[in-house]
Amino acid sequence: MIKELVLGLRFTITQMLRKPLTVQYPEEQKPVFPRHRGRHILHRYDNGLERCIGCELCAAACPVGCIYVLAAENDPKNPVSPGERYAERYEINLMRCIYCGYCAEACPTEAITLGPQYDLAEYRRERTVVTKAELLESWPRFAQARGPASPVGAGADSTARADPDPGISPRVAWDAAETAHGAPEAPQPGDLGVPTHVPTVTEPESRDRR
Amino acid sequence: MIGQDYWWVLLIKAVVVVLGLTTIAAYLTYAERKVAARIQLRLGPNRVGPFGLLQPAADAVKLLFKENAAPANRDRLLYLVGPSLAGGAAVLAFAVIPMGINNWFNYQFHWDIAHFNVGLLFILGVTSLGVYSLFLGGWSANSKYSLLGGLRSSAQLISYEMAVSFALIGTIILAGSLDLEQIVGAQQQTWFIVLQPLAFVLYFSGAFAETNRAPFDLPEAETELVAGYHTEYGSMRFGLYFLGEYVNMVIVSSIATTLFLGGWLPLFPFHPFDWIPGPLWFLGKVVVLLFFMMWVRWTFPRLRYDRLMNFGWKVLLPLGLLNILITGTVVALRA
Repeated sequence: MIKELVLGLRFTITQMLRKPLTVQYPEEQKPVFPRHRGRHILHRYDNGLERCIGCELCAAACPVGCIYVLAAENDPKNPVSPGERYAERYEINLMRCIYCGYCAEACPTEAITLGPQYDLAEYRRERTVVTKAELLESWPRFAQARGPASPVGAGADSTARADPDPGISPRVAWDAAETAHGAPEAPQPGDLGVPTHVPTVTEPESRDRR
Repeated sequence: MIGQDYWWVLLIKAVVVVLGLTTIAAYLTYAERKVAARIQLRLGPNRVGPFGLLQPAADAVKLLFKENAAPANRDRLLYLVGPSLAGGAAVLAFAVIPMGINNWFNYQFHWDIAHFNVGLLFILGVTSLGVYSLFLGGWSANSKYSLLGGLRSSAQLISYEMAVSFALIGTIILAGSLDLEQIVGAQQQTWFIVLQPLAFVLYFSGAFAETNRAPFDLPEAETELVAGYHTEYGSMRFGLYFLGEYVNMVIVSSIATTLFLGGWLPLFPFHPFDWIPGPLWFLGKVVVLLFFMMWVRWTFPRLRYDRLMNFGWKVLLPLGLLNILITGTVVALRA
Protein backbone atom coordinates (compact mmCIF):
# COMPACT_ATOMS: atom_id res chain seq x y z
CA MET A 1 0.00 0.00 0.00
CA ILE A 2 2.81 2.40 0.94
CA LYS A 3 4.59 1.70 -2.35
CA GLU A 4 1.55 2.63 -4.40
CA LEU A 5 1.00 5.81 -2.42
CA VAL A 6 4.62 6.86 -3.02
CA LEU A 7 4.33 6.00 -6.71
CA GLY A 8 1.25 8.20 -7.00
CA LEU A 9 2.94 11.09 -5.26
CA ARG A 10 6.02 10.72 -7.45
CA PHE A 11 3.89 10.76 -10.58
CA THR A 12 2.12 13.99 -9.66
CA ILE A 13 5.33 15.78 -8.69
CA THR A 14 6.97 14.87 -11.98
CA GLN A 15 3.88 16.11 -13.80
CA MET A 16 4.22 19.34 -11.86
CA LEU A 17 7.75 19.87 -13.17
CA ARG A 18 6.64 19.51 -16.77
CA LYS A 19 5.71 22.46 -18.93
CA PRO A 20 1.97 23.20 -18.93
CA LEU A 21 0.14 22.31 -22.11
CA THR A 22 -2.29 25.21 -21.94
CA VAL A 23 -2.65 27.35 -25.06
CA GLN A 24 -3.83 30.78 -23.92
CA TYR A 25 -6.30 31.12 -26.75
CA PRO A 26 -6.79 34.70 -27.80
CA GLU A 27 -3.09 35.54 -27.37
CA GLU A 28 -1.62 32.20 -28.41
CA GLN A 29 -3.13 30.18 -31.22
CA LYS A 30 -2.12 26.81 -32.47
CA PRO A 31 -1.70 26.55 -36.26
CA VAL A 32 -4.55 24.69 -37.92
CA PHE A 33 -3.98 21.65 -40.07
CA PRO A 34 -3.05 22.36 -43.71
CA ARG A 35 -6.38 21.11 -45.05
CA HIS A 36 -8.51 22.75 -42.36
CA ARG A 37 -11.79 23.94 -43.82
CA GLY A 38 -12.38 27.36 -42.34
CA ARG A 39 -13.63 30.60 -43.83
CA HIS A 40 -13.25 30.87 -47.60
CA ILE A 41 -10.54 32.78 -49.42
CA LEU A 42 -10.79 34.17 -52.96
CA HIS A 43 -7.38 33.88 -54.56
CA ARG A 44 -5.51 35.94 -57.13
CA TYR A 45 -2.97 35.10 -59.79
CA ASP A 46 0.58 36.18 -59.16
CA ASN A 47 0.06 39.27 -61.32
CA GLY A 48 -2.80 40.41 -59.10
CA LEU A 49 -5.69 39.43 -61.35
CA GLU A 50 -8.54 37.66 -59.61
CA ARG A 51 -8.88 33.99 -60.31
CA CYS A 52 -12.66 34.11 -60.07
CA ILE A 53 -14.31 34.34 -63.48
CA GLY A 54 -17.85 34.69 -62.17
CA CYS A 55 -19.04 31.33 -63.53
CA GLU A 56 -21.23 30.63 -60.49
CA LEU A 57 -20.31 26.94 -60.46
CA CYS A 58 -19.54 27.27 -56.74
CA ALA A 59 -23.02 28.63 -56.11
CA ALA A 60 -24.47 25.74 -58.11
CA ALA A 61 -22.40 23.16 -56.23
CA CYS A 62 -23.22 24.57 -52.82
CA PRO A 63 -25.61 22.13 -51.09
CA VAL A 64 -27.05 24.82 -48.82
CA GLY A 65 -27.05 27.68 -51.28
CA CYS A 66 -25.03 30.07 -49.19
CA ILE A 67 -23.00 31.61 -52.07
CA TYR A 68 -24.23 34.54 -54.08
CA VAL A 69 -22.27 35.57 -57.18
CA LEU A 70 -23.11 38.55 -59.38
CA ALA A 71 -21.01 38.35 -62.55
CA ALA A 72 -20.06 41.33 -64.73
CA GLU A 73 -18.27 41.75 -68.07
CA ASN A 74 -14.56 42.53 -67.86
CA ASP A 75 -13.36 45.83 -69.28
CA PRO A 76 -10.72 44.64 -71.81
CA LYS A 77 -8.47 47.62 -71.05
CA ASN A 78 -8.55 47.14 -67.30
CA PRO A 79 -9.56 43.53 -66.61
CA VAL A 80 -10.30 42.30 -63.11
CA SER A 81 -9.86 38.66 -64.07
CA PRO A 82 -8.27 36.96 -67.06
CA GLY A 83 -11.58 35.61 -68.39
CA GLU A 84 -14.49 37.35 -70.06
CA ARG A 85 -16.34 37.92 -66.85
CA TYR A 86 -15.49 38.50 -63.23
CA ALA A 87 -17.43 38.41 -59.98
CA GLU A 88 -18.69 41.88 -59.30
CA ARG A 89 -20.16 40.70 -56.05
CA TYR A 90 -19.28 37.58 -54.19
CA GLU A 91 -21.04 36.99 -50.88
CA ILE A 92 -21.13 33.97 -48.59
CA ASN A 93 -23.56 33.53 -45.76
CA LEU A 94 -21.32 31.98 -43.11
CA MET A 95 -24.29 31.18 -40.87
CA ARG A 96 -25.61 28.86 -43.54
CA CYS A 97 -22.31 27.50 -44.86
CA ILE A 98 -21.52 23.95 -43.76
CA TYR A 99 -17.83 24.16 -44.74
CA CYS A 100 -18.10 21.09 -46.97
CA GLY A 101 -15.61 22.41 -49.53
CA TYR A 102 -17.75 21.56 -52.57
CA CYS A 103 -17.34 25.11 -53.85
CA ALA A 104 -13.56 24.65 -53.93
CA GLU A 105 -13.98 21.34 -55.75
CA ALA A 106 -16.33 22.84 -58.30
CA CYS A 107 -14.21 25.88 -59.05
CA PRO A 108 -12.52 25.56 -62.49
CA THR A 109 -9.82 28.13 -61.73
CA GLU A 110 -9.13 27.25 -58.08
CA ALA A 111 -10.28 30.70 -57.18
CA ILE A 112 -12.05 29.73 -53.95
CA THR A 113 -10.58 27.56 -51.22
CA LEU A 114 -11.42 27.05 -47.59
CA GLY A 115 -8.88 28.82 -45.44
CA PRO A 116 -7.54 28.50 -41.90
CA GLN A 117 -9.70 31.12 -40.22
CA TYR A 118 -12.11 29.61 -37.69
CA ASP A 119 -13.00 32.39 -35.22
CA LEU A 120 -16.07 33.61 -37.05
CA ALA A 121 -18.37 34.77 -34.25
CA GLU A 122 -19.94 38.18 -34.71
CA TYR A 123 -22.10 40.45 -32.63
CA ARG A 124 -24.29 41.29 -35.61
CA ARG A 125 -26.12 38.80 -37.76
CA GLU A 126 -25.53 41.01 -40.81
CA ARG A 127 -21.79 40.73 -40.40
CA THR A 128 -21.86 36.97 -40.84
CA VAL A 129 -22.52 37.56 -44.54
CA VAL A 130 -19.01 38.13 -45.81
CA THR A 131 -18.45 40.18 -48.93
CA LYS A 132 -15.91 39.90 -51.69
CA ALA A 133 -13.72 42.56 -50.10
CA GLU A 134 -13.26 40.34 -47.03
CA LEU A 135 -12.90 37.09 -48.92
CA LEU A 136 -10.38 38.32 -51.47
CA GLU A 137 -6.69 37.77 -50.95
CA SER A 138 -5.06 41.09 -50.19
CA TRP A 139 -3.09 42.81 -52.93
CA PRO A 140 -1.31 46.18 -53.01
CA ARG A 141 -3.47 47.36 -55.90
CA PHE A 142 -6.58 46.11 -54.17
CA ALA A 143 -8.59 49.31 -54.44
CA GLN A 144 -7.93 49.54 -58.15
CA ALA A 145 -8.86 45.93 -58.80
CA ARG A 146 -12.13 46.27 -56.96
CA GLY A 147 -15.00 47.56 -58.98
CA PRO A 148 -17.61 50.07 -57.85
CA ALA A 149 -20.09 48.88 -55.25
CA SER A 150 -23.19 47.48 -56.82
CA PRO A 151 -26.60 48.67 -55.66
CA VAL A 152 -28.17 45.25 -56.11
CA GLY A 153 -27.46 41.94 -54.43
CA ALA A 154 -29.12 39.53 -52.10
CA GLY A 155 -26.87 38.48 -49.34
CA ALA A 156 -26.65 34.77 -49.69
CA ASP A 157 -30.16 33.51 -49.64
CA SER A 158 -30.89 30.82 -52.20
CA THR A 159 -34.49 31.95 -52.47
CA ALA A 160 -33.28 35.39 -53.41
CA ARG A 161 -31.01 34.05 -56.11
CA ALA A 162 -33.97 33.32 -58.35
CA ASP A 163 -35.28 36.84 -57.78
CA PRO A 164 -34.42 39.13 -60.69
CA ASP A 165 -34.11 42.10 -58.36
CA PRO A 166 -32.77 40.72 -55.12
CA GLY A 167 -32.59 44.12 -53.41
CA ILE A 168 -29.85 45.37 -51.16
CA SER A 169 -27.95 42.74 -49.25
CA PRO A 170 -28.37 43.01 -45.48
CA ARG A 171 -24.62 43.36 -45.07
CA VAL A 172 -24.44 46.31 -47.47
CA ALA A 173 -27.45 47.91 -45.81
CA TRP A 174 -25.89 47.50 -42.41
CA ASP A 175 -22.52 48.88 -43.46
CA ALA A 176 -24.19 51.86 -45.11
CA ALA A 177 -26.25 52.58 -42.01
CA GLU A 178 -23.17 52.27 -39.86
CA THR A 179 -21.16 54.74 -41.90
CA ALA A 180 -24.11 57.13 -41.90
CA HIS A 181 -25.16 56.94 -38.23
CA GLY A 182 -22.36 55.17 -36.39
CA ALA A 183 -22.64 51.74 -34.83
CA PRO A 184 -24.77 51.18 -31.74
CA GLU A 185 -22.87 49.77 -28.76
CA ALA A 186 -24.90 46.60 -28.50
CA PRO A 187 -27.90 45.08 -30.25
CA GLN A 188 -31.10 46.72 -29.03
CA PRO A 189 -34.55 45.14 -28.79
CA GLY A 190 -36.19 45.39 -32.20
CA ASP A 191 -32.92 45.08 -34.14
CA LEU A 192 -32.65 42.35 -36.71
CA GLY A 193 -32.52 39.07 -34.82
CA VAL A 194 -33.39 40.62 -31.46
CA PRO A 195 -36.99 40.31 -30.24
CA THR A 196 -38.83 43.58 -29.61
CA HIS A 197 -40.25 42.54 -26.28
CA VAL A 198 -37.60 40.94 -24.15
CA PRO A 199 -39.35 39.09 -21.32
CA THR A 200 -37.99 40.19 -17.98
CA VAL A 201 -37.95 37.84 -15.03
CA THR A 202 -39.39 39.37 -11.90
CA GLU A 203 -38.80 37.64 -8.63
CA PRO A 204 -41.92 36.76 -6.66
CA GLU A 205 -42.63 38.91 -3.64
CA SER A 206 -41.59 37.10 -0.52
CA ARG A 207 -40.95 38.10 3.06
CA ASP A 208 -38.48 35.27 3.27
CA ARG A 209 -35.79 36.69 1.08
CA ARG A 210 -32.99 37.12 3.53
CA MET B 1 -0.71 44.04 31.92
CA ILE B 2 -2.66 40.96 31.01
CA GLY B 3 -0.64 37.81 31.58
CA GLN B 4 2.83 38.42 30.28
CA ASP B 5 2.01 41.29 27.93
CA TYR B 6 0.64 44.81 27.92
CA TRP B 7 -2.93 44.86 26.67
CA TRP B 8 -2.08 46.91 23.60
CA VAL B 9 0.62 44.43 22.62
CA LEU B 10 -2.00 41.70 22.81
CA LEU B 11 -4.40 43.78 20.74
CA ILE B 12 -1.85 44.37 18.01
CA LYS B 13 -0.89 40.70 18.01
CA ALA B 14 -4.55 39.65 17.74
CA VAL B 15 -5.25 42.02 14.86
CA VAL B 16 -2.11 40.92 13.04
CA VAL B 17 -2.95 37.24 13.51
CA VAL B 18 -6.56 37.58 12.35
CA LEU B 19 -5.70 39.68 9.31
CA GLY B 20 -2.63 37.59 8.54
CA LEU B 21 -4.49 34.30 8.80
CA THR B 22 -7.33 35.44 6.54
CA THR B 23 -4.84 36.74 4.00
CA ILE B 24 -2.85 33.52 4.16
CA ALA B 25 -6.05 31.51 3.77
CA ALA B 26 -7.03 33.61 0.75
CA TYR B 27 -3.66 33.07 -0.86
CA LEU B 28 -3.81 29.37 -0.01
CA THR B 29 -6.77 29.13 -2.38
CA TYR B 30 -4.56 30.74 -5.02
CA ALA B 31 -1.71 28.35 -4.21
CA GLU B 32 -4.07 25.40 -4.26
CA ARG B 33 -5.36 26.33 -7.70
CA LYS B 34 -1.84 26.88 -8.99
CA VAL B 35 -0.60 23.55 -7.61
CA ALA B 36 -3.63 21.73 -8.98
CA ALA B 37 -3.15 23.37 -12.34
CA ARG B 38 0.53 22.51 -12.59
CA ILE B 39 -0.12 18.90 -11.57
CA GLN B 40 -2.73 18.69 -14.33
CA LEU B 41 -0.40 20.43 -16.81
CA ARG B 42 -2.49 23.60 -16.77
CA LEU B 43 -1.46 27.16 -15.97
CA GLY B 44 -3.96 28.06 -13.27
CA PRO B 45 -5.25 31.56 -12.55
CA ASN B 46 -3.06 34.09 -14.38
CA ARG B 47 -5.43 36.81 -15.55
CA VAL B 48 -6.08 39.01 -12.50
CA GLY B 49 -2.92 40.98 -11.79
CA PRO B 50 0.62 39.73 -12.38
CA PHE B 51 0.68 35.90 -12.34
CA GLY B 52 -2.96 36.08 -11.21
CA LEU B 53 -1.85 37.26 -7.79
CA LEU B 54 -4.93 39.44 -7.31
CA GLN B 55 -7.25 36.47 -7.91
CA PRO B 56 -8.04 35.98 -4.19
CA ALA B 57 -9.07 39.63 -3.93
CA ALA B 58 -11.32 39.26 -6.96
CA ASP B 59 -12.85 36.11 -5.47
CA ALA B 60 -13.47 37.82 -2.15
CA VAL B 61 -15.16 40.77 -3.85
CA LYS B 62 -17.30 38.39 -5.87
CA LEU B 63 -18.35 36.45 -2.75
CA LEU B 64 -19.16 39.63 -0.84
CA PHE B 65 -21.36 41.05 -3.57
CA LYS B 66 -23.31 37.88 -4.21
CA GLU B 67 -26.91 37.56 -3.15
CA ASN B 68 -27.48 35.83 0.18
CA ALA B 69 -29.82 33.17 -1.13
CA ALA B 70 -31.02 30.88 1.67
CA PRO B 71 -33.54 28.06 1.91
CA ALA B 72 -36.95 29.16 3.23
CA ASN B 73 -37.33 26.38 5.81
CA ARG B 74 -33.97 26.88 7.46
CA ASP B 75 -33.36 27.21 11.17
CA ARG B 76 -32.62 30.91 11.22
CA LEU B 77 -30.29 31.14 14.20
CA LEU B 78 -28.27 27.98 13.60
CA TYR B 79 -27.99 28.78 9.92
CA LEU B 80 -25.98 31.84 10.91
CA VAL B 81 -24.08 30.18 13.77
CA GLY B 82 -22.64 27.51 11.47
CA PRO B 83 -20.45 29.66 9.22
CA SER B 84 -19.54 32.02 12.07
CA LEU B 85 -18.15 29.08 14.04
CA ALA B 86 -16.34 27.75 10.99
CA GLY B 87 -14.46 31.00 10.52
CA GLY B 88 -14.10 31.85 14.21
CA ALA B 89 -13.07 28.55 15.79
CA ALA B 90 -10.35 28.03 13.24
CA VAL B 91 -8.76 31.42 13.85
CA LEU B 92 -9.11 31.06 17.64
CA ALA B 93 -6.87 28.00 17.76
CA PHE B 94 -3.98 29.96 16.32
CA ALA B 95 -3.86 32.19 19.40
CA VAL B 96 -1.72 29.79 21.41
CA ILE B 97 0.64 28.59 18.71
CA PRO B 98 4.15 29.89 19.49
CA MET B 99 6.16 31.13 16.55
CA GLY B 100 9.27 32.13 18.46
CA ILE B 101 10.69 34.00 21.45
CA ASN B 102 12.79 37.14 21.08
CA ASN B 103 14.55 39.22 23.72
CA TRP B 104 14.41 42.89 22.82
CA PHE B 105 15.70 45.47 25.34
CA ASN B 106 15.08 43.18 28.33
CA TYR B 107 11.55 42.56 27.08
CA GLN B 108 10.77 38.96 26.29
CA PHE B 109 8.58 38.99 23.19
CA HIS B 110 6.56 35.83 22.57
CA TRP B 111 5.35 35.30 19.03
CA ASP B 112 1.93 34.12 20.15
CA ILE B 113 -1.18 35.84 21.50
CA ALA B 114 -1.77 33.79 24.62
CA HIS B 115 0.56 31.53 26.51
CA PHE B 116 -1.08 28.66 28.43
CA ASN B 117 0.59 25.86 30.26
CA VAL B 118 -2.08 23.64 28.65
CA GLY B 119 -1.88 25.11 25.16
CA LEU B 120 -2.14 21.77 23.43
CA LEU B 121 -5.39 20.90 25.23
CA PHE B 122 -6.77 24.32 24.30
CA ILE B 123 -6.01 23.68 20.63
CA LEU B 124 -7.61 20.24 20.70
CA GLY B 125 -10.69 21.68 22.38
CA VAL B 126 -11.08 24.64 20.06
CA THR B 127 -10.51 22.70 16.86
CA SER B 128 -13.20 20.28 18.01
CA LEU B 129 -15.62 23.22 17.92
CA GLY B 130 -15.27 23.04 14.17
CA VAL B 131 -17.49 19.95 14.20
CA TYR B 132 -20.37 22.12 15.37
CA SER B 133 -19.99 24.48 12.45
CA LEU B 134 -20.17 21.63 9.95
CA PHE B 135 -23.00 19.84 11.69
CA LEU B 136 -25.08 22.93 12.46
CA GLY B 137 -24.61 24.16 8.91
CA GLY B 138 -25.70 20.82 7.53
CA TRP B 139 -28.65 20.45 9.85
CA SER B 140 -30.07 23.97 9.85
CA ALA B 141 -30.28 24.25 6.06
CA ASN B 142 -33.01 21.57 5.99
CA SER B 143 -31.66 19.92 2.88
CA LYS B 144 -30.95 16.23 2.42
CA TYR B 145 -27.49 16.76 0.96
CA SER B 146 -26.50 19.16 3.70
CA LEU B 147 -27.80 16.84 6.39
CA LEU B 148 -25.89 13.86 5.02
CA GLY B 149 -22.77 15.97 4.69
CA GLY B 150 -23.15 17.22 8.25
CA LEU B 151 -23.71 13.70 9.61
CA ARG B 152 -20.70 12.38 7.78
CA SER B 153 -18.48 15.20 8.88
CA SER B 154 -19.41 14.87 12.56
CA ALA B 155 -18.88 11.11 12.51
CA GLN B 156 -15.60 11.52 10.68
CA LEU B 157 -14.27 14.34 12.83
CA ILE B 158 -15.16 12.62 16.09
CA SER B 159 -13.46 9.37 15.07
CA TYR B 160 -10.35 11.06 13.78
CA GLU B 161 -10.15 13.41 16.76
CA MET B 162 -9.41 10.31 18.84
CA ALA B 163 -6.69 8.99 16.57
CA VAL B 164 -5.09 12.41 16.27
CA SER B 165 -5.09 12.98 20.02
CA PHE B 166 -3.49 9.58 20.63
CA ALA B 167 -0.81 10.40 18.08
CA LEU B 168 0.00 13.59 19.99
CA ILE B 169 0.35 11.90 23.37
CA GLY B 170 3.75 10.46 22.43
CA THR B 171 5.23 13.92 22.05
CA ILE B 172 3.64 15.02 25.32
CA ILE B 173 5.32 12.09 27.10
CA LEU B 174 8.68 13.01 25.61
CA ALA B 175 8.39 16.71 26.38
CA GLY B 176 6.76 16.14 29.75
CA SER B 177 4.53 19.17 29.25
CA LEU B 178 1.40 20.43 27.52
CA ASP B 179 2.96 23.87 27.15
CA LEU B 180 3.68 24.37 23.45
CA GLU B 181 6.74 26.53 24.07
CA GLN B 182 8.21 23.87 26.32
CA ILE B 183 7.43 21.16 23.77
CA VAL B 184 9.39 23.14 21.19
CA GLY B 185 12.16 23.73 23.73
CA ALA B 186 12.42 19.97 24.31
CA GLN B 187 13.29 19.58 20.62
CA GLN B 188 16.52 21.61 20.84
CA GLN B 189 18.61 18.47 20.34
CA THR B 190 16.44 16.32 18.08
CA TRP B 191 13.10 17.06 16.51
CA PHE B 192 10.31 14.80 17.63
CA ILE B 193 9.75 13.63 14.06
CA VAL B 194 12.98 11.64 14.48
CA LEU B 195 11.91 10.14 17.79
CA GLN B 196 8.24 9.76 16.87
CA PRO B 197 8.03 9.08 13.12
CA LEU B 198 4.97 6.84 13.53
CA ALA B 199 3.15 9.48 15.54
CA PHE B 200 3.90 12.10 12.87
CA VAL B 201 2.50 9.90 10.11
CA LEU B 202 -0.57 9.08 12.20
CA TYR B 203 -1.14 12.72 13.10
CA PHE B 204 -0.80 14.00 9.56
CA SER B 205 -3.06 11.29 8.12
CA GLY B 206 -5.65 12.21 10.71
CA ALA B 207 -5.10 15.87 9.91
CA PHE B 208 -6.33 15.33 6.36
CA ALA B 209 -9.56 13.95 7.77
CA GLU B 210 -9.82 16.77 10.30
CA THR B 211 -9.51 19.41 7.62
CA ASN B 212 -12.00 17.59 5.35
CA ARG B 213 -9.48 17.36 2.58
CA ALA B 214 -8.95 14.70 -0.04
CA PRO B 215 -8.52 11.77 0.20
CA PHE B 216 -10.80 12.09 3.26
CA ASP B 217 -13.14 14.83 1.97
CA LEU B 218 -16.25 12.72 2.52
CA PRO B 219 -18.31 15.54 4.09
CA GLU B 220 -17.99 17.54 0.87
CA ALA B 221 -17.94 14.71 -1.68
CA GLU B 222 -19.00 16.82 -4.64
CA THR B 223 -20.06 13.84 -6.71
CA GLU B 224 -22.50 12.36 -4.20
CA LEU B 225 -23.46 15.17 -1.85
CA VAL B 226 -23.23 18.30 -4.01
CA ALA B 227 -20.69 19.90 -1.65
CA GLY B 228 -22.23 18.39 1.50
CA TYR B 229 -22.82 20.59 4.52
CA HIS B 230 -22.47 23.88 2.63
CA THR B 231 -24.74 23.01 -0.30
CA GLU B 232 -27.32 25.55 0.82
CA TYR B 233 -24.87 28.32 1.62
CA GLY B 234 -23.99 31.08 -0.76
CA SER B 235 -22.22 34.41 -0.80
CA MET B 236 -19.90 35.24 2.10
CA ARG B 237 -21.53 32.61 4.34
CA PHE B 238 -20.08 30.02 2.02
CA GLY B 239 -16.94 32.12 1.95
CA LEU B 240 -16.59 31.73 5.73
CA TYR B 241 -16.74 27.94 5.45
CA PHE B 242 -14.15 28.13 2.73
CA LEU B 243 -11.99 30.43 4.83
CA GLY B 244 -12.39 28.14 7.83
CA GLU B 245 -11.25 25.15 5.82
CA TYR B 246 -8.08 26.87 4.70
CA VAL B 247 -7.35 28.38 8.12
CA ASN B 248 -7.76 24.86 9.50
CA MET B 249 -5.08 23.70 7.09
CA VAL B 250 -2.75 26.33 8.53
CA ILE B 251 -3.64 25.33 12.10
CA VAL B 252 -3.06 21.64 11.48
CA SER B 253 0.26 22.32 9.77
CA SER B 254 1.27 24.68 12.59
CA ILE B 255 0.52 22.01 15.22
CA ALA B 256 2.54 19.46 13.26
CA THR B 257 5.39 21.96 12.99
CA THR B 258 5.29 22.77 16.69
CA LEU B 259 5.07 19.19 17.92
CA PHE B 260 7.18 17.31 15.40
CA LEU B 261 9.29 19.69 13.32
CA GLY B 262 10.81 21.77 16.10
CA GLY B 263 8.59 24.84 15.78
CA TRP B 264 10.71 27.95 15.33
CA LEU B 265 14.01 26.10 15.80
CA PRO B 266 16.37 26.15 12.83
CA LEU B 267 17.16 23.00 10.88
CA PHE B 268 20.64 22.75 12.49
CA PRO B 269 21.47 24.62 15.71
CA PHE B 270 24.54 26.46 14.35
CA HIS B 271 25.49 29.18 11.86
CA PRO B 272 24.34 30.06 9.26
CA PHE B 273 21.02 28.36 9.99
CA ASP B 274 20.27 30.23 13.21
CA TRP B 275 20.75 33.63 11.51
CA ILE B 276 17.30 33.22 9.96
CA PRO B 277 14.77 34.43 12.57
CA GLY B 278 12.55 31.87 14.29
CA PRO B 279 9.18 32.98 12.90
CA LEU B 280 10.54 32.58 9.37
CA TRP B 281 11.67 29.05 10.16
CA PHE B 282 8.21 28.37 11.55
CA LEU B 283 6.49 29.78 8.45
CA GLY B 284 8.79 27.87 6.14
CA LYS B 285 8.02 24.56 7.79
CA VAL B 286 4.29 25.32 7.72
CA VAL B 287 4.48 26.16 4.02
CA VAL B 288 6.22 22.87 3.28
CA LEU B 289 3.47 20.96 5.09
CA LEU B 290 0.77 22.98 3.34
CA PHE B 291 2.29 22.16 -0.02
CA PHE B 292 2.35 18.51 0.95
CA MET B 293 -1.38 18.64 1.78
CA MET B 294 -2.14 20.12 -1.63
CA TRP B 295 0.11 17.63 -3.35
CA VAL B 296 -1.73 14.76 -1.66
CA ARG B 297 -5.11 16.23 -2.49
CA TRP B 298 -4.41 16.30 -6.21
CA THR B 299 -2.88 12.82 -6.19
CA PHE B 300 -5.27 10.48 -4.41
CA PRO B 301 -8.93 9.70 -5.01
CA ARG B 302 -11.53 9.92 -2.27
CA LEU B 303 -11.89 6.94 0.07
CA ARG B 304 -15.19 5.14 0.38
CA TYR B 305 -16.96 6.03 3.60
CA ASP B 306 -16.71 2.63 5.34
CA ARG B 307 -13.01 2.42 4.43
CA LEU B 308 -12.49 5.84 5.92
CA MET B 309 -14.05 4.67 9.18
CA ASN B 310 -12.09 1.41 9.10
CA PHE B 311 -8.87 3.33 8.55
CA GLY B 312 -9.61 5.63 11.47
CA TRP B 313 -10.72 3.06 14.04
CA LYS B 314 -8.84 -0.06 12.97
CA VAL B 315 -5.52 1.39 11.74
CA LEU B 316 -4.83 4.84 13.13
CA LEU B 317 -6.21 4.26 16.63
CA PRO B 318 -4.43 0.93 17.38
CA LEU B 319 -1.18 2.26 15.95
CA GLY B 320 -1.57 5.37 18.10
CA LEU B 321 -2.05 3.20 21.20
CA LEU B 322 0.98 1.12 20.22
CA ASN B 323 3.02 4.29 19.85
CA ILE B 324 1.99 5.46 23.33
CA LEU B 325 2.87 2.04 24.75
CA ILE B 326 6.34 1.99 23.17
CA THR B 327 7.11 5.61 24.03
CA GLY B 328 5.90 5.18 27.58
CA THR B 329 7.92 2.00 28.09
CA VAL B 330 11.12 3.52 26.72
CA VAL B 331 10.73 6.71 28.74
CA ALA B 332 9.95 4.73 31.91
CA LEU B 333 12.91 2.40 31.44
CA ARG B 334 15.34 5.26 30.82
CA ALA B 335 14.14 7.29 33.78
